[in-house]
Amino acid sequence: MSDNRSFFNEMLEESGLPRSAYSLLSEWLAKQPPNFLKRKSREAETIFRRLGITFAVYGAHEATERLIPFDPIPRIISAAEWRRLSAGIDQRVRALNAFLHDIYHRQEILRAGRIPSELILQNAAFLPEMVGFTPARKVYAHIIGTDLVRVSENEFYVLEDNTRTPSGVSYMLENRETMMRLFPDLFQMHRVAEVEQYPDLLRATLESVGPDQAKSQQTVVLLTPGIYNSAYFEHAFLADSMGIELVEGRDLFVDEGKVFMRTTREPRQVDVIYRRIDDAFLDPLTFNPDSMLGVPGLFDAYRAGNVTICNAPGTGIADDKAIYAYVPEIIEFYTGQKPILNNVPTWHCAREDDFAYVLDHLDEIVVKEVHGSGGYGMLIGPTASKRQIADFRKILMANPSNYIAQPTLALSACPTHVASGVAPRHVDLRPFVLIGDQVRITPGGLTRVALKKGSLVVNSSQGGGTKDTWVLED
Amino acid sequence: MLGRTAASLFWMSRYQERAQNIAKLLEVAYRTDMMPSNGVNEAGDWRFALTASGSEFGYTEKVGELTPRGVINYLLFDKTNPSSVRICLENARNNGRAVRTGITAEIWESLNTTYLEFMDVNPQSITQERLPDFLAWVSQRAHLFRGALLNTLLRDDGYFFSQLGNFVERADNTARILDTQYWLLLPDNDVIGDGSMERHQWSGILRALSGLRSYRFAYPDAKLKATNIAEFLILRKEMPRSLAHCCDWMDDAAEDLAQFYGERQASIDLAAENWKTMRETSIQDVYRKGLHEFLMEFMARNNHFATQLSADYNFA
Repeated sequence: MSDNRSFFNEMLEESGLPRSAYSLLSEWLAKQPPNFLKRKSREAETIFRRLGITFAVYGAHEATERLIPFDPIPRIISAAEWRRLSAGIDQRVRALNAFLHDIYHRQEILRAGRIPSELILQNAAFLPEMVGFTPARKVYAHIIGTDLVRVSENEFYVLEDNTRTPSGVSYMLENRETMMRLFPDLFQMHRVAEVEQYPDLLRATLESVGPDQAKSQQTVVLLTPGIYNSAYFEHAFLADSMGIELVEGRDLFVDEGKVFMRTTREPRQVDVIYRRIDDAFLDPLTFNPDSMLGVPGLFDAYRAGNVTICNAPGTGIADDKAIYAYVPEIIEFYTGQKPILNNVPTWHCAREDDFAYVLDHLDEIVVKEVHGSGGYGMLIGPTASKRQIADFRKILMANPSNYIAQPTLALSACPTHVASGVAPRHVDLRPFVLIGDQVRITPGGLTRVALKKGSLVVNSSQGGGTKDTWVLED
Repeated sequence: MLGRTAASLFWMSRYQERAQNIAKLLEVAYRTDMMPSNGVNEAGDWRFALTASGSEFGYTEKVGELTPRGVINYLLFDKTNPSSVRICLENARNNGRAVRTGITAEIWESLNTTYLEFMDVNPQSITQERLPDFLAWVSQRAHLFRGALLNTLLRDDGYFFSQLGNFVERADNTARILDTQYWLLLPDNDVIGDGSMERHQWSGILRALSGLRSYRFAYPDAKLKATNIAEFLILRKEMPRSLAHCCDWMDDAAEDLAQFYGERQASIDLAAENWKTMRETSIQDVYRKGLHEFLMEFMARNNHFATQLSADYNFA
């Protein structure tokens, strides 16, 4: 998007005066000496590198480790704004879990004709293996990262519900730690809601969905693909801060329908698996037979009710891009209420009318693959060249049902440290939600920022960075 | 604790210890090469570093001609040499990474920083002049790791496994260094050899094991003698790199492990036996058996212990 289009500036009103949540920060920023932020940025980088907060990037030859750029200026959300957001998120995650339970059981929503059956039943993310099975507390998606964007004072849109294995929460936690080290004075000036309780809440959530709640202690483990996975740091970080074992598939085995881990002594039974590997790799006997990451027999143990897998297999259907458009329906159907948070209007290229509109407006809209992620395989009309649009049109025509399109949103912008000083850059927000015996939403979340001037792509794989996100207390 | 976690802690310490040992060998080669009396066989000093680290075959295959530059590169930076400092540091870090939940932030940060800084070094920049400083850095980083481990790690099974890895490696290294030049340490040398040649070689062995200074304190007449050096490095448990010292620590850690788990595995008895043998052996016994034979047998027993340990505690 070009910069001359208007966007919502989260710090400044149109008059140029700071909004009330930002007033102290804005004053503070103005007082800092010229190279102060630059120095602080470097300090932050040293901290991150030493701690090993890196993600792996697979290049042509060797995997290298990179840091996600960290912006030292916090993003601030007022208490009132947060109350509304969290009410909307709460409503949404409850509805999505009710939806998952329904489509794997009686499929009332399909019978009622609110969603076309084929959209579910012929969807690769729908797991027939889950039909008829009820996980503990009827919770399917225990950890959800809801991607939000803001376009005006009171308008937030949900961009995506990440209901599979959302990542990024370690950045939320480490960003806060780092900020407290870099700017203790800023924390004295503001009442910032804490986030450090997240690992405890996560553990409590996982324990609350153990298959046998009569047990005095639930053995919870985190299942990682291993040290070469790009999010390995986060896996280790979370296991460490929860005080649970970080296991790989080879550390687990199934015996008589129960899951055990191989220890230095007797095998120990596992009750809850927080898995950070995809459905397809969970169990080579049920899913992808080539999987080296999974545990043979795990799915049977799960269906026998001897272990809980978080998130449940088959939750991907709830964040499928084709289902996304129906989430407002889903909320109304299961809660009887109007959605508090809106979806971004979406055109389905599978529908003839929508597709015709998309083809006519390619230079104005964003087109995405239904199953894509990470900012790959998409077209951002307003910034694309004629040539890029023409090329994309050919790809799109070949397989329209593989694409959806959305209007280019004027993402809000936050003050960000850049080469020339402080300038607005576009941001999104991923709050992290935990669903078990109750719904727990950690105030704030991960703010991703597009560091390039005018850019709307916040993905770290496309040059995005992160910010600490502050929710102010009243 | 997961069997894999135990294995990673064991190997993390083992590789870090190995990295330091390789650096030490290079330091000795470098020093001996400087000696004025040593114009004849300077390549031999570098060969010592290759042999003692078990890298001679690999070097001949890959590099061929014996040159200081070649040896330095091969032992420090070569990606194909499983014992190069680079690979040791990488393996130590990868093992640490795999058990991030089992080690403290201090231990992790020392491993991680060492690795990242090492990877930033351009091998070409480590000229012979800069070599001693660089090796000292490697050594200091190893000390930092060990200090972090001793000062911060909870004294539970994880700690015992990491101690065992450390001392299995150290014992193996000491035995190898002694065996590489065992003939220099035969009693006959005390009679015939008192030339500067022997002195350099003896002090080289002591230096490789950081024992030159402490030797002089341990033996009041402070004279370098083959039998005393052998006794010092094999049987004196107060010498931190002697075989006896290593066996003593391994026995302690093994007993602690047995106590921690409340049961005695076969490897615990092996450690006890190894330490008992050391305690009851005199240097005369060693020579009677044959120094080389004694060392070979020691390395086999040490290795047997490590294998048994990994079987007993499900390392695989």
